[in-house]
Order: sequence, then structure tokens, then C-alpha cells
Amino acid sequence: MRLSKRATWVLRTGVGLGLAFIYIPLIVVGIYAFNASGTTQKWPPPGLTLDWFPKALEDESVRESFLTSVEVGLVATLIAMLLGTLASLAVARHRFFGRETISFLVILPIALPGIVTGVAFSNTFTQVLGIDLSLFTVIVGHATFCIVVVYNNVIARLRRSSASFEEASADLGADTWQTFRHVTLPTMKTALVAGGLLAFALSFDEIIVTTFTLGAGDETLPIWIFRNLFRPNQLPVVNVVALLVILISIIPVYLAHRLSSDEGGVTGGKGGGDVKAEATAVP
Amino acid sequence: MAAEAAAPKRSAGRKLAGLFYGRPRLQVGSLLAGPVGWLVIGYLGSLAVLLITAFWSVDALSGEVVEEFGLENFEAIWNEPVYRDIIGRTVGVAAAVTVTDAIIAFPIAFYMAKVASNRGKALLVVGILLPLWSSYLVKVLAWRTMLSNEGIINWALEPFGLSGPGYGIVAVWLVMSYLWLPYMILPIYAGLERIPNSLISASEDLGAHPLTTFRRVILPLSFPAVVAGSIFTFSLTLGDYITPRLVSSDQFIGNVIFNNITNNQPFAAALAVVPIMVMIAYLLVARRLGAFEHV
Amino acid sequence: MRRDAHSARTAWLIVAGLVAFMLVLAGCGGGDDDTTGASADSGETLQKLGKGEGQVNLISWAGYVEPGWSKPFEQKTGCKVNNKVAGTSDEMVALMRTGEYDGVSASGNATARLFEGGDVAPVNVDLVPNYKTVFSDLKDQPYNTFDDQPYGIPHGRGANLLMWNDDDVSPAPTSWDVILDPKIASKYAGKISVYDDPIYIADAAVYLKMHEPDLGIENPYELNDEQFEAAVNLLKEQASNVGEYWSEAEKQISAYANGDATVGTTWQYQYFALLEEKEPVAASPASQGFLPKEGATGWSDTWMISNEAKNPNCMYEWMNWIIEPKVNAEVAEWFGEAPAQSLACDETENANFCADYHADNPAFWERVYYWETPLADCGDGSEDCKDYNEWVKAWTSIKG
Repeated sequence: MRLSKRATWVLRTGVGLGLAFIYIPLIVVGIYAFNASGTTQKWPPPGLTLDWFPKALEDESVRESFLTSVEVGLVATLIAMLLGTLASLAVARHRFFGRETISFLVILPIALPGIVTGVAFSNTFTQVLGIDLSLFTVIVGHATFCIVVVYNNVIARLRRSSASFEEASADLGADTWQTFRHVTLPTMKTALVAGGLLAFALSFDEIIVTTFTLGAGDETLPIWIFRNLFRPNQLPVVNVVALLVILISIIPVYLAHRLSSDEGGVTGGKGGGDVKAEATAVP
Repeated sequence: MAAEAAAPKRSAGRKLAGLFYGRPRLQVGSLLAGPVGWLVIGYLGSLAVLLITAFWSVDALSGEVVEEFGLENFEAIWNEPVYRDIIGRTVGVAAAVTVTDAIIAFPIAFYMAKVASNRGKALLVVGILLPLWSSYLVKVLAWRTMLSNEGIINWALEPFGLSGPGYGIVAVWLVMSYLWLPYMILPIYAGLERIPNSLISASEDLGAHPLTTFRRVILPLSFPAVVAGSIFTFSLTLGDYITPRLVSSDQFIGNVIFNNITNNQPFAAALAVVPIMVMIAYLLVARRLGAFEHV
Repeated sequence: MRRDAHSARTAWLIVAGLVAFMLVLAGCGGGDDDTTGASADSGETLQKLGKGEGQVNLISWAGYVEPGWSKPFEQKTGCKVNNKVAGTSDEMVALMRTGEYDGVSASGNATARLFEGGDVAPVNVDLVPNYKTVFSDLKDQPYNTFDDQPYGIPHGRGANLLMWNDDDVSPAPTSWDVILDPKIASKYAGKISVYDDPIYIADAAVYLKMHEPDLGIENPYELNDEQFEAAVNLLKEQASNVGEYWSEAEKQISAYANGDATVGTTWQYQYFALLEEKEPVAASPASQGFLPKEGATGWSDTWMISNEAKNPNCMYEWMNWIIEPKVNAEVAEWFGEAPAQSLACDETENANFCADYHADNPAFWERVYYWETPLADCGDGSEDCKDYNEWVKAWTSIKG
């Protein structure tokens, strides 16, 4: 699109301001990670210190909750990837009654307030099924609202790729599994991974549903943060943990973008869309 | 192509695949059994079980649910003016946040999709996604600190004789707009990317001023994407209770549900019906506007 | 188009059918779980102390379970302490109802509810040797004794404080009117910090007991329509001046430290924390009995054991440990409350501690109205007092 120099300049300023809006609070978090005061967060901070970093890294509860979050995130993401893929395959490649409602159904867990989802699940687990709350119940909760993320990414990719490749594969004698493994899966692989990474991020930071589905002895990282948010001499540790998580997460975010940009971007394709289906002929 | 390939062995997998061949309904059924079973029986069922309790009540002392059908909970919500205030306040802020985010997100998404170089685009996407990985709680707390009496906002505005909004509804609107911005930017970016550049060029070739092109070509084509983004900003604001608790003393729907969930679950369930109905209506409208292709 | 509409409708019919199936399942499965009445499991009081189970899961008020005495406990008994801090009695009741915890430090506005809900078991005080020397006016009280059986071990007691920032509030208040009288409270609009719990309505009742005697308020937890309405209206007026309703102790500490709050209700825990940070806070002095002239609401807390405790032996060890004279002294001095253990008075660092905190002075506690569960039963024969459900509903209206 051809824009005048002035228009481009105005646009660039807008983007700059937007980015500043997004990053200033994060920078503030970063600064308070070095806050000399352990109990208050005034501005400007009374002094800077590195003391909180070793405290954060030595704290056992930080490590435990971090690992628990990773564990829950991985399993929930895998379940979401499985269910999301199944659903999107059905919707993109077949016609059946109720097809339009699947998208609606899948988005519901994330569109309804987290507290409703959390309480509903908690109620079902403890009253109807009579089982204790545990990491398993948390995973079930997380997987449910993560399905939509995977579903949307995969179905967008499937819709852009042609079904004729799969038909050709079948014509050449491949059975259902072979077609899936050699034709369909490669097509949607990067969309699947991008969706999975987004789902993991969602699960990793979730707190509301987790609060209601977690057992007494377990703790995910957001729960740990909530518990320590106002404890004296713990707040800077929380800021340190948050800062470290942001820094570590640069890797998966970058990875996700690289993976999806190979096949058209994390959210969609350009113009008409590029399709690079790696159909390998069945020997 | 291999010339004389021997017929593949009839493995168990192949035999099973043969079962699916020519039976599209079996294929669809087995594909959908997992996800639909999980979502309908597990999720919708749980919701239904919860919502049924909205018609019950609770014994004040023991806290036990009295399973007698009645509409007292709904009557209380309807009659007592405070609930109408709270619902109005919540929906109002949700709408304000959605509009704010749409306005802030659009230029950024537009720049990313149509103006930025490839490298710039990649950097911006990573830059937008990164905050999603930082803890929601820490971000809200950062805002609480910034908005406090001795926080950075007052400190920055003091030389001008102004002061920040402090805690309250304005703070909630500000913080929520901040939190959900990436959820609005990404779908709009995707939607804008999908607009073929040729359409824009054609509009310009036909003599349209860039603003006209924007108004009559780009905006209508990207509108479904905006609606898609709005689903997240609206729903996330509608149900949140942590942000209002941390940066204000005002009650939102999520807060009253949370306050009642422990001692009067039937009443909390009745309260929950409100955001559920609001969101279902919103989703139906959004679907009509084509947003579901852009989520 | 028509075919799509038909198929969508069919789909929803199927969804409805499956949901109905789920409801039937819920009806069959869930029915039994709600009826654990007080009678069901209360026979399971521990008769003999056995081996520790290795851990104990507690719910407590902020400052009640601190490493200073929980770590030695872990070393002595091998029971690892997992503690969840709750901000309000409502939270504590909710958590106990999940059955995932072994014990809770319950105030009077939780104990009765826990008993009626069948969530707690009677305590076999023979297994708690330190109980013998607990102050006698803490034993066999209506808030810790039900069905003539002791249901808990007293932890300590205290009054809710009026705390203010000495630099911003003058003259030093001697009455609750600084936050409850609209004319005076408006001076501090937006800087008042009030406890976020329906039980605070009792504080308004305590104020009205002295300032509007015509209402005839006796017990601030047993209010009839007229008295209740007066209290609620007073609080509605206060709400426009309130800056923040707090339930997490730490949140209030940072609010005072950051200048977002200058006067309000608090516990000694926050007061001491702020003094340690050299913040200019002050509260009613010991010479005034720490109380503004109307008196105050307060709490007498009891450790109760869950009916479904998975670690009962460790829980009994904890209950005995917390009223160990040295430990209870440490606990009381740390938080700033009167100890439950009479022998603790010899173990406190400050020799005058028990005297300052009126630990052995039952007359003092007559002006402190321990938190109680509001019931419809007014105690004088009539049944038209407001029950707790009404308090909760009113609280939502007050906050607006």
C-alpha cells in the first residue's frame, strides 16, 4: 500500500506508543526485581540490589511450582493437541450434521468466565465423581480451554490446503493411517506446533480455573505467585521469577514464529496463502 | 514410481483402515467421539450440573444445599438494585476495554501486516507475543504499584500538576485494556494479512485516496477479524475478579460470584447465569459477523 | 441453507440429550455427598495418639503459622507443615469443606458453621496435655463447645484495632467515629481501609450501641430488622469514603506503606509489620486497652480438626504444640494477641506482655465482642434476627 511519508510517520509513532504502553509495565517489573526494599514498592525504589536473584533460584517452592506448571502444561497441551486435531480433521474434511456447532462448542470453555468453568469442574469432580482434586483435575481443566487454540490453528491450515492431496494418496493405495502420516500430518505440523506452544503459554499462566481444581498439596507457578504476592520480602522474589520467565520464554515464542512463518505465519497466510504440502509418494 | 510393487501386507492397521473405507460416518464418528464427548459430557455437563443448583437454596447455618426448586435466587438478583449496578458496570467496562483495544490494536496490526518489512514483521510478532508469557498476576501487580499514591504514574504527572487515576473503575479499564491487547492485535493482524495486496492496489489505481481505501476496502474486510479479537477482550473482562480486587474496590460480576461461591453456591450459580447468557449472545452475534473464521 | 439449519438443530438436540444424561449421572452420584450431617462421623474422635503421618495440612490466619515455631515442630515430630493462609472466615469454611485439610484456626464466625456442616470432629482433650493449663475463660465457650463436647484447642484472642498514620491523622482518634461518622470520615475520603467481610457489620453495630442507644443493641451479632438496617445504612454512607476493602493482611500493609490508606481497621499483625518498617502508624494505646471508647469486635480463635483429616495424629501433635508454653508465648508476641496458655505468661520476652494484653483479665474481654456466626435465633426467644445469609447479601449492597 502506498502511504505518504507523513502518514507512515504517524503510523510509526502510533506503533511506537503502543509498544511503549505494552512494555513499560514489564520494565517496571524488571526494575522492582532489583528493589532494595523488601516490603514496599514505591517509586523511585530506594535502592537496587542483586540479593533477590540467588534467593529466587535457591527457593525450593519456586522450583517445585515451576516444574509442576511445566508438567501440567505439557500434558494439557498434548491432550488439547490430540482433541483439537481430531475435531479439526472432522470439520475440515467431512460434512455432517452439527458441523457448524463444533466451532461454537470448542470456543465455549475459553469464552465463558474462568470462575464458571473452574467451579463447574470442581463441583463435578468432588460432588458428582467423588474424586479428590489433584494435578489430574487441573490438567483436565486446562486441556478443555486449550483445545480451541490448537483447533483454530490446525483448521485454518487444513482449510488452506487442498483435500485433493489426500485423495490422490488414497488413489495410490495408501490406507487411512498412511495418508495421515505422510500427507495430512506434514501439512499441518507447524500449525499444530504453533497451536501447541500457544496452548502451553495459556496453561502456564492460568490461575482462575487452577485455583478451583487444584489439590491441597500441589502448586503451579501462578498459584505460588499469588500466594507470595503480598508476603513481606517475597515480592521482589516474585518479580525476579516473573522477569526470568519472560526472558526464558523468548525462546519458545521465537521458535513458534519461525515454525509458522515457514508455512505462512502464526496466524494465517499472506494474500491467497502459500501451501507447501510435503506429500511424499508412498513407495 | 516403483514398477512391480508387491501388494502391501494386510497388517492389522490396514485391516482397521479398511473398516473406515467408504464409511464416512464411521470416520467422522470416531474423529469426533473424543473431543465432542469431552466437551459435551465433561464440560457442558458440568455446567449444567452447576446451573441446576441455581434453582436451589442453602441452609444459613450448615451451609448445606437445600434441593428444593425455587426462583428466589433469580428474584433476588432481579429485585435488588445493586446487582443491576454491578452487571451494568461489568458489561460497560468490558465494552470500553474492547473499543479501546480495537483502537490501539488496529494501527499496530496494520503496520505489521502491510507496512513493515519482513524482518520488522517478525520482530513485532515476537514483541507482541512475549508479554503473553509474563505472568498475568505480576502484570496486574505492576499496575497496582504504578497507580499507587507513591507510584510511577503520580511521580511522572506531578511536574504538570496532575495526578494519576489512582484505584477505581478507570484503573480497571486501563489495566484490562493493557492485559488483553495482544489478544486483539493477533487476529486483526491475521485478518489484514489475508487481504490481498492486489485489492488495495486496485483501489488506489481507481483513484481512491488512502483514507477512502481504508474506509471502504480495508475496514469492511478486516471487520470480522476485529470481532474475533473482541470475543477475547470482552469475555476476559467480563469474568475477571482478580484485577478489580487488586486495583479497585468496585465489585464486578466475577467478584460477587467469587464471594458467594463458598457459602451460597446456588446463589453464585444464579449469578453465573448472567455472564453465560451474555457471552452466548455475544458469540452468536460474532458468528453471524463471520468472526469464527478469524479466531 | 435449510439443510444446515436442520442439522444444527439436530446437533443441539443431541447435545441436550447428552447433557441430560450427565444430569442423571449427577443426580445418582452426587446425592449422597451432601448429607454428612453433624451426627454422621463425629464418633471418630481419636482415642489414642499413634505415629505421625509425616505431614499436616493447615488453614490459618496470617501470622499464625510461622517458621519460628513450625520448623521446630517439624524437627520434633517429623510432621511437615503445609499451611494455607486464608483472609476471611468464609474462605476457611470453604477450604475445610473440601476435606483436603487436617485443621484450621477458626474464629467464632466459622466454628458453628463448621460444626453444623459436619466438617469438624470433637477433640479428645486427654490427648492434648497442654490443654489443662489453658485459661479457664477460654474453655467450654459457646464458640468452641458443641453438644457439650470440646471441639477445639484455643489459640489466642485479640481485638480488632483502629490504626492510623500519625503524620496524616490528627488529633489521635479515640473513637471509631473517625471512620464511621460521615462528617469526620469524609476528611479522609479515599484513604480509609476497612475489613472486607460481612462480619464488619457488627463493628457498625458496636458503634451504634453507644451512639444510638435507642436502637437497643445488645449483642452486635444478633440484630433485628431495625438495628440491622441502621448498621447497614451507616456502612453504606461509609462506603463512599472507603479507599479499599482489604482481606489480605499483606495488601493492607503495602497500602499503608504506600500512602494509599491512612486510617482503618486492622490486626496487630499488620501494625507490628508497619512499625518494623518504621512507618508512622499508631493505634489505641495499651492504657486504653487498645480499644476505642466504644469497644471493638475481636476474635477468640480455636484450632479445630477436620472430620476427614488424613493426618489426625500429626494434627493432635500440632494442637498440643501450639499451646506449649514457650510456643504460645512466641505465637502471641509475634502476632500481638493474648495467649491461650496461662503458663505462656512466664515465657514471654516482654515480662509485661500478658498484663498489657489482658490475658488473665476476663473483665477486659467484656468490651470485646468476639466474632460469632449471626443466627436467626436472637437468644431471647424470638427468631427474627438476621442470619448470616442476610449479612452476606447486605455486604454486597454496602460495597455497591
